[in-house]
Amino acid sequence: MNPSPLVALVGNPNAGKSALFNALTGARQKVGNYPGVTVERKSGRLALPDGRPVELVDLPGTYSLDPVSPDEAVTRDVVMGKQGRERLPAALVIVVDASNLDNHLRFALQLIALGLPVVLALNMYDMAERDGLKIDAEALSRELGVPVVATVAVRKRGIEELKAVLGTLVGNGATTIRSSQHVPTDIAALQRRARSISLAATVEEHGARRWMHRVDSIALHPIFGPLLLAALMFLMFQAVFSWAQAPMDMIDAGKTALGAAVEKALPEGFLRTLIVSGVIEGVGSVVVFLPQILILFFFILLLEATGYMVRAAFLMDRLMAGVGLSGRAFIPLLSSFACAIPGIMATRTIDDPKDRLTTILIAPLMTCSARLPVYAVIIGAFIPARDVGLGIGLQGLVLFGLYIVGILTAMLAAFVLRRTVAKGAHSGFLMELPKYQWPSVRDIAIGLWTRATIFLKRAGTIILSVSLALCVLLNLPKAPAGENQLEYSIGGRIASVIDVIVKPIGFNHEMSVAIIPAMAAREVAVSALAQVYAIQGEGEDADRALGDRLHGKWPLPTALAFLMWFAYAPQCMSTIAVMRRETNGWKWPLFALGYLFALAWLAAGATFWTATALGL
Amino acid sequence: MRLDQLPLRKPAHVAVIDWSAMRPDEARRLRELGFDEGVKVEALHQGPVGRDPIACKVGRMTIALRRAQAAAISVEPAEA
Repeated sequence: MNPSPLVALVGNPNAGKSALFNALTGARQKVGNYPGVTVERKSGRLALPDGRPVELVDLPGTYSLDPVSPDEAVTRDVVMGKQGRERLPAALVIVVDASNLDNHLRFALQLIALGLPVVLALNMYDMAERDGLKIDAEALSRELGVPVVATVAVRKRGIEELKAVLGTLVGNGATTIRSSQHVPTDIAALQRRARSISLAATVEEHGARRWMHRVDSIALHPIFGPLLLAALMFLMFQAVFSWAQAPMDMIDAGKTALGAAVEKALPEGFLRTLIVSGVIEGVGSVVVFLPQILILFFFILLLEATGYMVRAAFLMDRLMAGVGLSGRAFIPLLSSFACAIPGIMATRTIDDPKDRLTTILIAPLMTCSARLPVYAVIIGAFIPARDVGLGIGLQGLVLFGLYIVGILTAMLAAFVLRRTVAKGAHSGFLMELPKYQWPSVRDIAIGLWTRATIFLKRAGTIILSVSLALCVLLNLPKAPAGENQLEYSIGGRIASVIDVIVKPIGFNHEMSVAIIPAMAAREVAVSALAQVYAIQGEGEDADRALGDRLHGKWPLPTALAFLMWFAYAPQCMSTIAVMRRETNGWKWPLFALGYLFALAWLAAGATFWTATALGL
Repeated sequence: MRLDQLPLRKPAHVAVIDWSAMRPDEARRLRELGFDEGVKVEALHQGPVGRDPIACKVGRMTIALRRAQAAAISVEPAEA
């Protein structure tokens, strides 16, 4: 059976391509990667009016077929049939912003010259009309020699017409088409043609409405702009911590109830330990963070969809230039507060390779949500819930301090990296400020849904297997009577080797055990500590909360050192794997592992020694 | 007058662009964003620190660029 024909969506950034993709495919989307590169491949299915299925792929937005950044290279390779295992599309949907024809038609002309069957989606048609532009779609179609459909993706207007035209373009799947390898590359000449075609198709043109500039005169104001940005960031983190509390408590309660039920239902033995502490406790302690991650992504998706994110980059550019980066790096670094993986993937929009490399290397220093469980447990156990005045709690202050430590170190690291391993000319900052847009609920919901499934898949695979493996390592071989199970187990013996390295910075044996599985994912450290102390405390204090138990067993300097360790240590295999894919080799991920572990050891050590000297 | 010296909200048009002053990929991106000799340009906003970068209206788009990059673009202010 033939696979269903491939149709690609192509266009400039900010042409509303993703909204059109969502409108055409709904929630039936698949996010994967192009073989060999880590550019996200977003595809979905849609049915043509006659019922034939078509696979639609959303290509990264680009300004021309001359790629500057890696994601733009994917777009060129796919439409020219050079992307390894990706099929040559049977048709292209070229998406242009109706209110920015001059610029977007230039790329469209290049794409039409490829000779593939194409349809032009004259998108955001309503915005153009509100902007005082009237465009004759038929005249445009005559000038370009291809079918043109006016669409408003966010309102689902023109979608059926677009599908109907696609039905006539897509053949029976037999690939007799070829794309021309000779496309015009003289941008100036293409631009002149684009301008004259756009002029011919424009029936009416009033002055552009100035409302966007009025919004920008506040959003980009030298004083109000940064204040607004700070307020938005504050709101975002506030939401992550307070709104997420209720759903997190619910998940936590569900986990505990499930564990208790299984405990009752199964006879005592290895299988019960495996299911309760390996599966339920291990996976549950990670799934608890789903609400926080979703809230963080909700804000990031919202800031991106409205067009504000680029304004934030604009405001931050000069400060970032101080450490040798550009405002573009702000977006990936902000995403890294949720998780370094999407953050590192977002660096692919940075054209300058040195800038991009530096951003990738410092992204793990941003306090990701996986550190929160570790911070929450340790801070809760060791930092008194005291008010330091003005209604600010000491615990919150310590947490805030850990975020600041991460940010400052990242800036310092960027400064050093840009002068050593990532040395190069200062890159510029050249970005289009997109139009402000009212975000569509559906687009945000689809984005959140995609993130949630990726997170849950990770919890179900990596974290489940690591948790199970740890459970086995800690319980086997069974210690003879009188021997300590933890010391006797395989896990305990491996930890004894780590002890040698981490003893000087104040870590105890149990912490060594916990940081091994935490290599897979930081949050596992919490369930690992819980497992370790459960084995040790067999019976006597098994019911006490983990925090209480730690409080009695760890001196304060040790606990503080553990916090600092987690602020720096690159304990996340997925991040390392993404770095390897993004930098095409092991050199940079190994470099990151080295410098981050060295920083972690030094910072934890310095904290431990200082705290001990101060007699804490 | 250079684009980085152009006062805010003063319409002008691009006279000459010194393409040789920038890296080839930077020059191409500048062209792709609509900068060219003869197009209308107007500086609208500037960054909070050191009044850098600046945001300019070019055609129907608003483009952000650093002052150092804008220095390669000569503009002719429109007669008021």
